Amino acid sequence: MTEVSQRPEAVPDNVVGGTPPPRPRRRLGPVPAIVVVVVLAAAPLFLAPFATTTLTRLLVFGLLAVSLDLLVGITGLPSLGHAAYFGAGAYAAGWVSIHLTPAIPVPLLVGAAVGGLAAAATGWVAVRSAGVYFLMLTLAIGEVLAQLAQSWDGVTGGANGLSGIPAARLGSEPLLGVGYLYWYVLAVGVVAFALVWLLARSPFGATLRGIRDNESRMRAIGYSTTLYKYGAFIAAGTIAGVAGSLLAAQQRLVTPGDLGFTTAALVLLAVVVGGAGSLWGPVVGAAVVVLVRDALGPGLGGHGELLLGIVFVLVVYLLPRGAAGLTSLRPFRRRRS
Amino acid sequence: MTGWVAANLISVLNGLAIGALLFVLAVGLSLVFGMMDVLNLAHGALFVVGAYLAAALAGGGPSWGGFLGALGVAAVIGLLAGGLLSAMTEPLRTRSHLDQALLTLGVALIVAEVLQIVFGDDPLAVPAPPGLDGSTSVFGAAYPTYRLVLIGVGAVLAVGVHVLVERTTLGALIRATVADREMVAAIGVDNRRVKIAVFAAGSLLATVAGVLGGPVYGASVGLDSTVLILALVVVVIGGLGSVKGALVGALVIGQIESLGRALLPDLASFVLFGALALVLIVRPRGLFGSRSGAAA
Repeated sequence: MTEVSQRPEAVPDNVVGGTPPPRPRRRLGPVPAIVVVVVLAAAPLFLAPFATTTLTRLLVFGLLAVSLDLLVGITGLPSLGHAAYFGAGAYAAGWVSIHLTPAIPVPLLVGAAVGGLAAAATGWVAVRSAGVYFLMLTLAIGEVLAQLAQSWDGVTGGANGLSGIPAARLGSEPLLGVGYLYWYVLAVGVVAFALVWLLARSPFGATLRGIRDNESRMRAIGYSTTLYKYGAFIAAGTIAGVAGSLLAAQQRLVTPGDLGFTTAALVLLAVVVGGAGSLWGPVVGAAVVVLVRDALGPGLGGHGELLLGIVFVLVVYLLPRGAAGLTSLRPFRRRRS
Repeated sequence: MTGWVAANLISVLNGLAIGALLFVLAVGLSLVFGMMDVLNLAHGALFVVGAYLAAALAGGGPSWGGFLGALGVAAVIGLLAGGLLSAMTEPLRTRSHLDQALLTLGVALIVAEVLQIVFGDDPLAVPAPPGLDGSTSVFGAAYPTYRLVLIGVGAVLAVGVHVLVERTTLGALIRATVADREMVAAIGVDNRRVKIAVFAAGSLLATVAGVLGGPVYGASVGLDSTVLILALVVVVIGGLGSVKGALVGALVIGQIESLGRALLPDLASFVLFGALALVLIVRPRGLFGSRSGAAA
């Protein structure tokens, strides 16, 4: 996660060309965030184990959605292959847990590193393009990595997935209870979310928003936009890798499906449903996706994804700015094609 | 030594068959995007609709009636689906391209799930029509007759589409719309009709490709994203909006898929990605891409 904080160099805020004027926000300060974290931390004390597990899954998926929002909402790069870095981190964390140690910072750091490296290895091709081309390229890259997971039997376990991942260990104590596991995921999730939030507020983040709004102008001012996009891509891949290592700790099983097209589409759905660019919106979107799939899905004979597809279509028509758009009823700031 | 040659001849032929199928699939995707900037992510789902139709109508046993029936029904469904998709993306005209792509992605999810509910999780096989289900001797090696026919059908369709787009008035209209949509509208052509027509024709080609591909790929869950990826790689390599690009891209990817998998089974995915990366570094808009469609 080091490259997250290395980036922001002396980039004065006022020269960033296409950045929209500061949003007219009601100033609530950090109070809502603290309330949310406290409520989330207290949740397992009141919830049944199954509900806690669902909430854990929700947090993992939410962190993945936040990392994707860094690309989609902040940088304006819609990725359909983001699940690949999530999966890469999950496989790496699982493999390390099995073969080396499940002691806590190790799988997390390895997952983050592998997610970031996978993003670095493939992203340099993707960031050369923009818009729908980027969508297509990331889709192709994601699918190639998914096929790799499917075929690299010796490491990934092939189609059966990587099973038998031991429980994450804090010191010498394995995290076996669902509550402890939940708190672990919550703690990592909150820290990672804060990192992404800081990154989005930093001069680096302002430059990314400038690229989103008007890349050619940013290039004209003298920014190496490709390099910035590459940086954002690697940062997003790293956070996705962190989310992946949490997935490995939670499911104790990683399958090729975790990095396939469907997962990638669902994360993008979560970001779109929640509202791209707001960072907290995608967490809400992730909650909708996980609840529909895991809570309503079984009632529909395991076809929750059908409902998600319908939600997807409705959101595109009815909520162009996602759930986050509902809070700020400003005049539309649509991007004209 | 002769065995090695024979094995690779088979791979080359397989690559041609896959390439023919990919061309039929990708040309619609390419034209719809090149003309209307709509990236139709439901294209793979349309292919699978065709494959399941073939399995449902011709899956019982080799029969010409079932196979041709499936082709006919698939063609009609493709036309209707194309018209419907065109109508669905119409209200999003003024929004970003991403919204249209997302809409088709949602449609793709719905279609894939509905097919899974109707036909179940198990892969279904599609037999080739009688007379084509045997094998033919090609330079001493037995090769499935159906695939040879598929290469022929693909070649005929490629020539047909090429003539239509490059040599007819209608084709001139399509090419003009790819090059400059506003100008075509300014001289009095209703853009929307051209869009509906191309969308319908492209979707028809996708469902028909699904039926034709049935005896090769069968019909299974997840096939839609596999073929969508291949079609996307084809149009990215060939260049969006170009028929020639789709043809060359399809033949290249067909060979990579088949010869690559035969010679370097572990590295096939990397070879695919490597070819994509190479083309994008040398020609960022694809081999035959025009500058005009680049305003993404």
